[in-house]
Amino acid sequence: MTDQTSVKTLEKVVVRFSGDSGDGMQLAGNIFTNVSAGVGNQVSTFPDYPAEIRAPQGSLSGVSGFQVSIGKEVYTPGDQCDVLVAMNPAALKQNYRFLKHGGVIILDIDSCKESDLKKALFTSDNPIAELGINDAQVLEVPVSSMTKAALAESGLDLKSVMKCRNIFTLGLVCWLFDRPLESALRMLRNKFAKKPAVYEANARVLRAGYDYGHNIHASVSTYRIENDTITSGVYTDINGNTATAWGLIMASEKSGRPLFLGSYPITPATDILHELAKRKDLGVKAVQMEDEIAGVCSAIGASFAGNLAVTSTSGPGLALKSEGIGLAVIAELPLVVIDVMRGGPSTGLPTKTEQTDLMQALYGRNGESPVAVVAPVSPTDCFDMAFEASRIALEHMTPVILLSDAFIGNGSSAWRVPEASDYPDIKAPVLPAEKADGNWHPYERNEETLVRYWAIPGTEGATHRLGGLEKDANTGAISTDPFNHERMVRLRREKIARISADIPLQKVCYESAEADTLLLGWGGTYGHLRIAAAQLNALGTPIAFTQLRYINPLPSNLGEILRHYKRVIVAELNTGMLADYLQMQFPEVNISRINKIQGQPFLVSEIVDHVNNILNSNN
Amino acid sequence: MEQTPSTYSPANYKSDQNVRWCPGCGDHAVLNCLHKAMATIGVPPHRTAVISGIGCSSRLPYYCNTYGFHTIHGRAAAIATGFKVANPDMTVWQVSGDGDGLAIGGNHFIHCLRRNVDINILLLNNKIYGLTKGQYSPTSPRGFVSKSSPYGTTEDPFVPAELAFGARATFFARSLDVELQITQETMAAAAHHRGAAVVEVLQNCVIFNNGTHNWVSDKETRADRTIHLMEGRKMLFGKNLEKGLVQEGFSLKAVTVGQDGYTLDDVLTHDPHSASDILHRQLALMDGHDLPLAIGVIRDVEAPVYNEEVSAQVAQISSSKGFGSLRDMIMAGETWIVK
Repeated sequence: MTDQTSVKTLEKVVVRFSGDSGDGMQLAGNIFTNVSAGVGNQVSTFPDYPAEIRAPQGSLSGVSGFQVSIGKEVYTPGDQCDVLVAMNPAALKQNYRFLKHGGVIILDIDSCKESDLKKALFTSDNPIAELGINDAQVLEVPVSSMTKAALAESGLDLKSVMKCRNIFTLGLVCWLFDRPLESALRMLRNKFAKKPAVYEANARVLRAGYDYGHNIHASVSTYRIENDTITSGVYTDINGNTATAWGLIMASEKSGRPLFLGSYPITPATDILHELAKRKDLGVKAVQMEDEIAGVCSAIGASFAGNLAVTSTSGPGLALKSEGIGLAVIAELPLVVIDVMRGGPSTGLPTKTEQTDLMQALYGRNGESPVAVVAPVSPTDCFDMAFEASRIALEHMTPVILLSDAFIGNGSSAWRVPEASDYPDIKAPVLPAEKADGNWHPYERNEETLVRYWAIPGTEGATHRLGGLEKDANTGAISTDPFNHERMVRLRREKIARISADIPLQKVCYESAEADTLLLGWGGTYGHLRIAAAQLNALGTPIAFTQLRYINPLPSNLGEILRHYKRVIVAELNTGMLADYLQMQFPEVNISRINKIQGQPFLVSEIVDHVNNILNSNN
Repeated sequence: MEQTPSTYSPANYKSDQNVRWCPGCGDHAVLNCLHKAMATIGVPPHRTAVISGIGCSSRLPYYCNTYGFHTIHGRAAAIATGFKVANPDMTVWQVSGDGDGLAIGGNHFIHCLRRNVDINILLLNNKIYGLTKGQYSPTSPRGFVSKSSPYGTTEDPFVPAELAFGARATFFARSLDVELQITQETMAAAAHHRGAAVVEVLQNCVIFNNGTHNWVSDKETRADRTIHLMEGRKMLFGKNLEKGLVQEGFSLKAVTVGQDGYTLDDVLTHDPHSASDILHRQLALMDGHDLPLAIGVIRDVEAPVYNEEVSAQVAQISSSKGFGSLRDMIMAGETWIVK
């Protein structure tokens, strides 16, 4: 490595790449993340991009960002960044508020011409001064001209040359953080495997960016980031949506049921469809249907046919699938429904994160129609909870809704590749051969779990009819008997309630004799809440913390935990859906709320401030 | 058509449920024809699935001793698609009415045909919503008076065949609920067809739309107002098969053989397998007025079958890439080791 002077050693740093949505910020950010993970850092990423694919170039609405935190004990992508890369004035204007005091700004000075400044609604020729930035180290880098110079003899046209600007800044950032170029080059080679000329150009530009940093190194500090001591094993970088797809495949392997996905493209869930479509190499049948309804319905058909059947979507799609999910409820068929939540209502904020589909998942169907609901807490936990959703669906013959969100779905972190033996076998209640005697009826249940048997079509002696009409509890025939209906409604409800015997007990961290307050969240807010709890405890405010992954049914010990605390603070990215849900079930618990509905994840600092306010106002 | 000798009788396909359609409903005849067709096809009941949506006709799965699924309104084609892709060894029948299949389920109907999923779609067309007690459907004629159109409808209907051909259907047949033999034969032909097969049965709703098909189904005039198309046979109709269809310019014309200089040689021969669907469309659009309504198998052509293509692609890619497990696949990608 180079002889860097002025080296700061840090536990973790946060870098934010920002530019036009066509500037390749996501690619540069992803490569930087993978390179860092490869040298032993923990990583957590947050792609923050607009809904428009290519908004007008240079405009404020077209700015795309990618934030990554690397280092030790990394649970979130960080509230604020140490280094901000801004490829144009619009990116600077939209992102400078995320920069820490004394942080570094890398600004492409070639993209700060009068017209560029005008597009970003600057009125002077000095964007730094106009924004009142006075405590940052600003590196004005001629990114465009350096990129052009590096590729002067490449024979590429100007448009192709300019597409390499992101990689120049990547090279510079790699220098700044002492990252090895070899692994970045390998990733570029994989990315452009079919376009060797493009790879060559990017490789050249990457080195040029790195060398540029070396040549100007006196003017800015560089960083050395501490590695984490983590469990040994093979690691890969994984985002939540890919982890979800892989968790389903693991469940298919452990259950022996083939995996079927019926889906329809929708932001921010589409990557699950993309990944499973690729995984035809593992025998997955992933089909893109004509609409959201056909997505869930094809999955219900596949479930009736004997597959581990899944549909993936986001909030608006979940709304369209409601009637289908109700059919799977009454037919008591296994079905995994993945909702990668985004801002709503309606089309809302398609690329932004929110936790506003909780009530829809729990109650958004006609009639009494209970389903199991689970929520992963991090990108890597998406693997485990997709496995769990499948396990519960198959073993309890029920739809399960998995509430992921845009933040953890798109966010990534390093993940230890598991062995199949790390996961339990999934035992679906397939009808035993001796019961397939022609007299079996489909609503015969296991008395303990209330789960019915699953007769796979093709089995002789087990032909039967399912349907959306209420069925007689004893014979499986259509029934409009009032008492039978009430019995079936209660059976379906109790069947879901009894899943609580088959899920882990809730655990609490930072328990202590002094802590009389519990901070509680659910799903994707885990990283921010956990760090906030750690900071509060470190700053002398004892507070216990727990994050729910199982929402319906709740863990059987949750009531006991909640009643143990004088106060429970429920923090969530909605107006209080989980708080209402818990208050309804545990009216005796004293619940306070922290809510944010801005399409953005929590900031750790916000949680700390809110908790302090709540504690102070109540004392 | 080839017939597989069957060890099953129609009774093997009947369930123990009481059939609850109204007395005189055309669905009774369709159900009996289906049981008979299933027996001639010879696929065992446990290898057969019947999937329906919502409506009077969609009760049909309860009356078949097969695997059955009475689903939700309009979605039977999507559910049947997932079922067939997941379990391609099953023979799948989908039953829908004109409302279920062409209104609320129209999108799934056309996409199922476009994909050419290997299922047999029975489209029971009575031009009315029966189960909701008498509203106009997407096949009701313009001006049709019903509870939801007391002054007559102000919209044109679909011709199901035209919609099917527009969606690139590879098989389309039509029958009348009163033509038991032809109904049974077209069902069997649909089952033998590889790919999506539509059998439209013009069926009478005795309560809310009684007699809607009388123009073509009335015993007295049926021979003159319908034509039974058969592969390789001259397109002849009339009580004594004295009339025939001839090509005139780009149109079809009904003539009497031996009159006006027309001979049997002038009469068209039916070829359901011709790749071009131009003549098939013309035949399917005949409505029993100037030209006789066509019944029988109108079109039956080969095309790649969706579920077979999905299975073949999965088999080909999983064998060529050769990953034994999820872990193998991940390990072949970008990873690093922490010691």
